[in-house]
Amino acid sequence: MRPLTIYAALFMAFIYGPVLLLVVFSLNDNTFATFPLKGFTLRHYVEMWSQAPMLAALGNSLRIGLGVTLLTTAIAIPAALALTRFRFPGKPAILGAMMLPLVIPSIVLAVSLLVIILKFLNIPLSLWTVAAGHVLICLPFCTSVLMSRMEGFDPSLEEASRDLGSPPWQTFRRVTLPLAMPGVISSLLLGFIISFDEFVIAFFLTGTDNTLPVYLYSQLRFPNRLPATLALGSLILVGSTLLVVIAEILRRRGVQSNNPGDL
Amino acid sequence: MSSATTNGVALRDPARRREAFAGFWLITPALVVMVSMLALPMVALVVLSFWTQDGFTLDTTFTLDNYRRLFATSERGVAWMGMTFYLEYPVPAILMIKSLVMSLTATVAVVLMAYPMAYFLAFRVKRNKAVWIILLTIPFWTSYLLRVFSWKVVLGFNGAINSGLISLGIIDKPLEFLLYNPAAVMITLSHAWVTFVVLPIYVSLEKIDRSMLEAAADLGDSRWRRFRRITLPLSMPGTIAAALMVFIPTVGDYVTPQLVGGTGGTMIGSLVQQLFTKQNDAPMGAAVSLVMMLVIALLVLLFLTLVGYWKMRARRQG
Repeated sequence: MRPLTIYAALFMAFIYGPVLLLVVFSLNDNTFATFPLKGFTLRHYVEMWSQAPMLAALGNSLRIGLGVTLLTTAIAIPAALALTRFRFPGKPAILGAMMLPLVIPSIVLAVSLLVIILKFLNIPLSLWTVAAGHVLICLPFCTSVLMSRMEGFDPSLEEASRDLGSPPWQTFRRVTLPLAMPGVISSLLLGFIISFDEFVIAFFLTGTDNTLPVYLYSQLRFPNRLPATLALGSLILVGSTLLVVIAEILRRRGVQSNNPGDL
Repeated sequence: MSSATTNGVALRDPARRREAFAGFWLITPALVVMVSMLALPMVALVVLSFWTQDGFTLDTTFTLDNYRRLFATSERGVAWMGMTFYLEYPVPAILMIKSLVMSLTATVAVVLMAYPMAYFLAFRVKRNKAVWIILLTIPFWTSYLLRVFSWKVVLGFNGAINSGLISLGIIDKPLEFLLYNPAAVMITLSHAWVTFVVLPIYVSLEKIDRSMLEAAADLGDSRWRRFRRITLPLSMPGTIAAALMVFIPTVGDYVTPQLVGGTGGTMIGSLVQQLFTKQNDAPMGAAVSLVMMLVIALLVLLFLTLVGYWKMRARRQG
């Protein structure tokens, strides 16, 4: 084997090793996450479901994730359309500003939202304020996924529809949207994952209700509950991995093909 | 200036004006989100930083006190890591420098680790490239909290390394220096961000015209010389962009120092969080976060100016 191939294998081991350890220890028949492994068990996964606060947090995260991704994608579709199909003054500046949440440290986004919500608007913190913060951080991701899909197919199909006399809305609904569908689905999935896994903004902006990452964080302090926490963490990892794989396959297929039938 | 004039001319054309209007109309919902949830909160943060907190009451008279306190000098110096800080309130300055150094170290480590991987992906992988790329994408999207926490499980007092070494009989009591220090934070940050960097570097390597490398090889350039004269310079823009995408957010990271840093590994983000919660001094917290963003922005600008200057000089020398 060539040195670079060995390096790539080591690199992957470094990336996946620590995370796989979480899964291994969650299946280990022991109350501590330590070697040597004692034996295979699923009991931590069973115990986990008896914790009511965990189920409540899971429910909150699912609801927020679903609502956030639907709203963000609905906002991102026209935005991506404007940024890829229309010429208007100030476009580069708007595109740049929309990508800002990607580089601003999330603690700064979180405290600035906290300040305006609590000190200026006097709105009490709740899951709604968490969802609002998540829309902001999902928007750049959803918009860029949709833009890459919309740049990927031939605009002459839309021109043909217009030349044949379709009004703009019909062209969008019958031509653009079906062609952009793989991008729309991958935007929906990625928006959901970002919101579902997000911790810092949820930690600052939530009231008395927890999201799943905030609950998980509060559990990390209790060593005796570690195995159940690891089981929950492993399920989250497996779930988001599945969603990412689906989103990526759709997105890559979407970028290459012009045919809406290939879904 | 010139683009504004061309736009002005173009907008006199009714078709172009209609197009611009439709474009604005479509992007309005996104702009509403950006203004109400990014721009206005930032303005609120700036306003708050000119107010002061006195116990439970917020004094809303305009003052520069918070900033004055951050920069006030003192006769008595506080020593930290061989440097002496002559400041009244040295904690933010010390944590800022510490965060910048830790984040810079992690960024350099990340780029050095990611570059060979990206090179492998661009030049060596022929089949199943998509599988490799998806494998590198997955960690980026999965829970940051859990990826950071996994290092606590690896490095902890009762963690995987310690218990593994003990059960192998190599050591007989746990090594305590593994967790809760700046090194643990830097390792964890590198692990959490490295896949973020592989893909942009890979894209810039993939775009390199292979015929240039072939021409250089035909003219007798060695493999190392081809890399240094063609591949490296052409992949530089992507590498620099990727490095900045890691450096900027990690300076203010909060999760990593909190979970694996202990008292020795705290960073500026931890201070911001404390000022907003335990210390109940939100105006000071606002001032600290704004100064932090300003320092990061200035450093990035300085770096980009230097890069531009090097490029110009290199071009002039041919």
